[in-house]
Amino acid sequence: MAVHIGKQSVKFDLCAVVTATASTVGTKEGEGPLKEYFDVVLKDNLAGKDSWEKAESEIARQNISLAIKKAGLKNEDVDYIITGDLLNQCCGSTFGIRDMGIPYFGVFGACSTMGEAMALGALLVDGGGAKRVVAAASSHFCSAEKQFRFPLELGTQRPQTATWTVTGDGAAVLERKGKGPKITGITTGKIVDMGITDGNNMGAAMAPAAADLIERHLKDFGVAPDYYDVIATGDLGYVGRSLVCEMLEQKGITLGDRYIDCGIEIFDRETQDTHSGGSGCACSAVTFAGMLYSKLKSGEINRLLFIPTGALMSPTSLGQGESIAGIAHGVVIENVR
Amino acid sequence: MDKQKQQEYQKMVERASPNSPIFADCLRAFLVGGIICTIGQCIMNFCLSMGADMENASTYTSVILVVAASILTGLGWYGKLGKFAGAGSIVPITGFSNSVTSPAVEFKKEGYVLGVGAKIFLIAGPVILYGVISSMLVGIVYYFVR
Repeated sequence: MAVHIGKQSVKFDLCAVVTATASTVGTKEGEGPLKEYFDVVLKDNLAGKDSWEKAESEIARQNISLAIKKAGLKNEDVDYIITGDLLNQCCGSTFGIRDMGIPYFGVFGACSTMGEAMALGALLVDGGGAKRVVAAASSHFCSAEKQFRFPLELGTQRPQTATWTVTGDGAAVLERKGKGPKITGITTGKIVDMGITDGNNMGAAMAPAAADLIERHLKDFGVAPDYYDVIATGDLGYVGRSLVCEMLEQKGITLGDRYIDCGIEIFDRETQDTHSGGSGCACSAVTFAGMLYSKLKSGEINRLLFIPTGALMSPTSLGQGESIAGIAHGVVIENVR
Repeated sequence: MDKQKQQEYQKMVERASPNSPIFADCLRAFLVGGIICTIGQCIMNFCLSMGADMENASTYTSVILVVAASILTGLGWYGKLGKFAGAGSIVPITGFSNSVTSPAVEFKKEGYVLGVGAKIFLIAGPVILYGVISSMLVGIVYYFVR
């Protein structure tokens, strides 16, 4: 049975095994530093469809199917899909999986969705509510720009603090039995709002939530940062990562080189013109499903604290002068016997 | 207390956030904006040399620049130019054309009424609205003061 520990965490007993992952990315991500880790790199960001939104759904459909296949399962073997995205009413995910015939929990945690999906999936598996769960998240640069910012062809410049929404879908299959790294614990984030209103500086909006979560997680589990081989936040980018380090230093917590950010890893900012880094649900989802999972399998990483981060806002809320609230969800994935 | 924390954090964010390269941006805006205006002047001189009067020549020039920028937007080139030039390609009339064409391209998938029709002035709308209102106000003042 899972045990609730500290203020915001759960330690698992019957840990869910991550038996397989799948990652599908767009063309730009396929030219980035992590290209060799992805299962599928699209040749066309429309994925053969006639709109960006339909393309995102198609990417989700293909990638979730691939994850199920890689785990050696069929659709009917999967008890639940837990997935979400950034589009209104989570249409990116729902239309992607509508023909699969698998019970579905739709989740929204902005760009932290992958963390939320994996945490809920692990709870379901550990609690006996499911034998096999697929946790996934998707985003698409073009559909996100269209919904949150400006039309693609509008000739504007992006500030240095802006991030680039990752096109893709990352999925993980969580099973009660099987081989692979296990989800041994979770720390659920609370909403932290430090009053940032600049929609072009999401890293700064989310950093306080990530710093708060890391501090809380270490206290709840009673471990030091060096317990982990890698601590990976979702999509804070260069600006957000430096803020997390600064805030934690002030509290006497030094993360050092083990702390990476998926938004920094996924693009080369010098050659790919991505400014502060990558963002979007897919940023942490494909980096986990691609690079991090691969390193867990090879033993290069044995203990991972994975922390997808999300900026809670909408164009309407920003227009009404609301600040951007941050959220972060921590998932511990370890190689244990 | 919370307000104070937020202000402290805001300062921390300002320190951590890199600024845009203002000098390079200004230089590129100056060059590209200047080139667009020079092209406009060439078109105007050509129209004048073909016998158009001043008023017609400037109308032809605007129309040609607007149509050209609209086509370039459809081809995906004006967006790239804007990324390089910033204000240099936004301020001239070609930028206005880009701001109308780009939503039309983007929202075509939602149909010609609720997509293109409803969203085409998404960006240019405020400029048109307040442009019309301010010219009305100036007109009223001019009527009484001239």
